[in-house]
Amino acid sequence: MHADPHFLAVVALGGAVGTLARYGLTHLIPRDGGLPVATAVENLVGAFALGLLLEALVRRGAENRTRRLVRLGLGTGVLGGFTTFSSLALEVQQLLADGQVALGLAYGVGSVVLGFATCLLGVALAGALHRRRTPGSGAAT
Amino acid sequence: MSPVLLAVLVGVLGGIGAATRFAVDGMIRGRWSRLLPVATITINVTGSALIGVLAGALATGAISADVYAIAATGFCGGYTTFSTAMVESVRLVASGDLRRGVVNAFGTLAVTVIAATLGLVLGLQFGS
Repeated sequence: MHADPHFLAVVALGGAVGTLARYGLTHLIPRDGGLPVATAVENLVGAFALGLLLEALVRRGAENRTRRLVRLGLGTGVLGGFTTFSSLALEVQQLLADGQVALGLAYGVGSVVLGFATCLLGVALAGALHRRRTPGSGAAT
Repeated sequence: MSPVLLAVLVGVLGGIGAATRFAVDGMIRGRWSRLLPVATITINVTGSALIGVLAGALATGAISADVYAIAATGFCGGYTTFSTAMVESVRLVASGDLRRGVVNAFGTLAVTVIAATLGLVLGLQFGS
């Protein structure tokens, strides 16, 4: 399945779109007092959106070719390209190396804690939307 | 380099980075991912080491700011992923494995910062 050239192509195309969006947003959002706000915003928005997307797809049932293309194009491609762990790691390293240890730790740990929370929020929202669209399915639980 | 060409190259390298992540994920997943999502961890750690090397090379003047933007923001950014790491942590916790979810999230952060630091030390050797 990984070898299908169509799958690789949608991942690459989505990755280019997501990376360009991150590149543009990083230029629009200034660093606020040394805190890399742009990366934080991109990662939190991306974690929320991927949680929402993947949970919504799972709840629609077994994965067919169309759903797989959506998951790979929007999820693995766009949102994978939009978020970044390498910039986060380097920014934490630079804050620590600059002697801004508290800010570096707050930025790194805060990104992970809030990223986890926004991702969970996306998953929960997808579940709520699914229950609203299909009344009776799991409403009793 | 014109800003438009630079943006196009950042985007293209981001696409190549994402495709590389997809390929590496396919090679690792299934064989290793019993206890932790090793594929995503490997991708994020290697991408963080590479961005460290690039930051070091930029600091010594071995590469230009444009090359850094294309390789770091483009390739490393497209290759590594924060969103998938979070989804995998949430899934570990949702499956009842709180400890592994926490280890995955914070362990990835700790190891990627160490990888970026080691990469930076290596990158500073270029051009000096």
